[in-house]
Amino acid sequence: MAFEELGINAAPLPGAMPAFHARIDASELHAMCEKARSQKARLVTLWGSDETTRGGGYALHLALAFPSGLLWLSVPLDRGHPHYPGIANIYPSADRMQRAAYDLVGIHAQENPDHRKWLRHGAWPGGVFPLRKDFDIANCFPPAEDHYPFIKVEGEGVHEIPVGPVHAGTIEPGHFRFTVVGEKILRLEERFGYKHKGIEKRFETMTLEEGARLAGRISGDSTVAYAWAYAMAVEGATGGTEPPRRALALRGILLELERVANHLGDIGYLGNDVALSFGFFQFWRLKEDLLRLNSQLFGHRYLMDMIVPGGVARDLSKREADLLLDRLEKVRGEVATLKSIYDEHAGAQDRFIMTGQVLPELAEKMGLTGFAGRASGIRHDLRVDYSIPPYQQLKVQLASHTRGDVAARVSVRFDELAESIRLIQALVQQLPSGDIRVPLVDAVSGRCGVGWVEGWRGEILIALEAGENHRIHRCHAHDPSWQNWPALQHAVIGNIVPDFPLINKSFNLSYSGHDL
Amino acid sequence: MTHIPGIAFQILQSMFVVLAAPLLVGWVNQCRAWLQNRSAPSILLPYYTLAKLFHKDAVIARNASPLFHLTPYVLFGCMWLAAGIVPVLATDLPFAPAADIIALVGVFALARVFSALAAMDIGTSFGGMGARREMLIGFLAEPAMLMTLFTAAFISGSTQLTTIVETLAHREFAIYPSLAFAAVAFLMVLLAENARIPIDNPTTHLELTMIHEATILEYSARHLALIEWAMAIKLFAYMTIGIALFLPWGIAEAGNWAALPLAFAALAVKLVLAGAGLALIETVLAKLRLFLAPEFLSTAFLLAVLGMLTHFLLLT
Repeated sequence: MAFEELGINAAPLPGAMPAFHARIDASELHAMCEKARSQKARLVTLWGSDETTRGGGYALHLALAFPSGLLWLSVPLDRGHPHYPGIANIYPSADRMQRAAYDLVGIHAQENPDHRKWLRHGAWPGGVFPLRKDFDIANCFPPAEDHYPFIKVEGEGVHEIPVGPVHAGTIEPGHFRFTVVGEKILRLEERFGYKHKGIEKRFETMTLEEGARLAGRISGDSTVAYAWAYAMAVEGATGGTEPPRRALALRGILLELERVANHLGDIGYLGNDVALSFGFFQFWRLKEDLLRLNSQLFGHRYLMDMIVPGGVARDLSKREADLLLDRLEKVRGEVATLKSIYDEHAGAQDRFIMTGQVLPELAEKMGLTGFAGRASGIRHDLRVDYSIPPYQQLKVQLASHTRGDVAARVSVRFDELAESIRLIQALVQQLPSGDIRVPLVDAVSGRCGVGWVEGWRGEILIALEAGENHRIHRCHAHDPSWQNWPALQHAVIGNIVPDFPLINKSFNLSYSGHDL
Repeated sequence: MTHIPGIAFQILQSMFVVLAAPLLVGWVNQCRAWLQNRSAPSILLPYYTLAKLFHKDAVIARNASPLFHLTPYVLFGCMWLAAGIVPVLATDLPFAPAADIIALVGVFALARVFSALAAMDIGTSFGGMGARREMLIGFLAEPAMLMTLFTAAFISGSTQLTTIVETLAHREFAIYPSLAFAAVAFLMVLLAENARIPIDNPTTHLELTMIHEATILEYSARHLALIEWAMAIKLFAYMTIGIALFLPWGIAEAGNWAALPLAFAALAVKLVLAGAGLALIETVLAKLRLFLAPEFLSTAFLLAVLGMLTHFLLLT
């Protein structure tokens, strides 16, 4: 079947989301990406794989988002010389992904100006590639010195402020290198990888069913989105296992509950960052109540392991559904009151407005995704763009803004919060009857599946390839933070140092989901 | 003309301020918690925190100079000295003539200089950043503070805090518009000098946003306890300066034991109200963007100058 946008042959992949798979040659890659970019296709993710156990070499994979669906491009690479032309000049967000692919699989992006390591710190030596099939998972290396050359800025009065990876609050580790003049930020350079846990390698030791629990632990605050994406990928890779309609509606409820909880928590944190503790405590009380409700209804505060390949693990009774509706109505009312307090608080608005701006043009270039993208005029939301169950009849309203500052992100979050509550209420009221889980069909080795879900932070992608005996050959998990972390580096330029935590929190990106 | 009851009063007041200061901090925290719809921690929590810190082992950077070790004691000493000068319970203390309002501002400035130097001593970027911001606040707050105090000094014709307070406390009922301007300016300076919202956030963990906290990040255990305690005394001293200047009624004279219970009760009521007021301000305001802090303090300065002008305008 022809994939019309690019004029190549692509095979449709079974599964909930419209997705296509095609193989192209490395020599075509550049032209293909330029064509895709000219048609406003977004680069979702880029990763590498080892095909040597299947008699091949290595492979580079790209996932591009087109209006008609996701295009998964595989580029076979030579075993002895796994090189390909880098595409960071076309898609700037590819830069770090290419460097990570080199650290993990050893495939090299040529013509990429940045050859520094990305995920590799001192845990394994250069020249060793943990995601290659001949790498023994039991391997242990003595810790080595971690040298990473940051880019230096020189000039009169310019100095550096290194922050992290250990922070004063209970947050994840990441290093931020600020170059400042006085209080003004000239440049920010991020360094991640401190939370690299070898999740993708671990997947390869698991069966398709076992992987679900691991997928739910990639990034704790997005556990539902990851679990759904993984389940969707497995359902695709097993030739299109179709979960029952009731299970799909429940998945929608779970995902929106996760979105509500995270937006509540982050809006509270934004209040805290401008020392408006009142807002912080009110929003966190609402979040805590919601988490307790989650625990009461589903047995887990963050809804971990609720979505499983083939359906969901737990049903919602009529009585529980009524309780959920009742509580959400209260949350909706309280959020509306708190929103007016935030909106009318001159001090808070003064801090939010024009802080950490990412203008639509830059957002477009950097491939900004998720609610941060929507706050910068990137009007994309997987729930709106592709009509897939359970969202197709709900007419999801896309929240959007064009100013791209902290205030815009807060505004988009408030809108999504209200919309999510409406969606949950609609889903609960129209909950179809029936089973909540179907058994999985056996997977055929080499079959691919894609899970693509609009998590609260942005689009989460799981690209899965089944191996022998129902096992995982390769599972790549992509977090929207890959696109948005580099945009944060731009968002802070020209702002003052004490505003960084506020800007950072307005994005609230994942370290764990990025470092894997 | 130092006499025994005067010395007894002096000792009593100095001890009282040092011991009661953490209670005021506890009270402010309690009010804040209530205003935020939270159940409040014990009002004694600052004492428990101090006790905990005194029982810990101090971690000190290898490259710390003697200045770093000395600073907590200097800070504590400065604040204690300030508490001895301010007429908290009684006027005309034997210690009071030793220093007037200019010297008092000088004592606070001395503490600030040591605090900034110690922050830079270890060489961390946060310390340097904190020291820089602390000095920025300081060099704007101190003139505003002096102007405020001068406004009050013009009324009594003396820069002696005791004389000012005695004049104001025992005057015939009169309205001084100049003092109203000065009071607002003083409140703004109090917020800035004590690292409170909207200038600084005493509860934040975000290093990059800190002003005062960033200067003491490297301190731990007994050193940190002394600094925290000194900060509590500073807040107490500022509040009592404010009370002595703008609401002096009920203050006793040194040696007058009979007036002491009343003075004590009056002070307690005023501090409870002032603490609750501070908590209210901190709840309804958000922190200003750092570069608005100079504007905030110049406004304070302007108000203080206006107060002084008003004083002279009304004289003629």
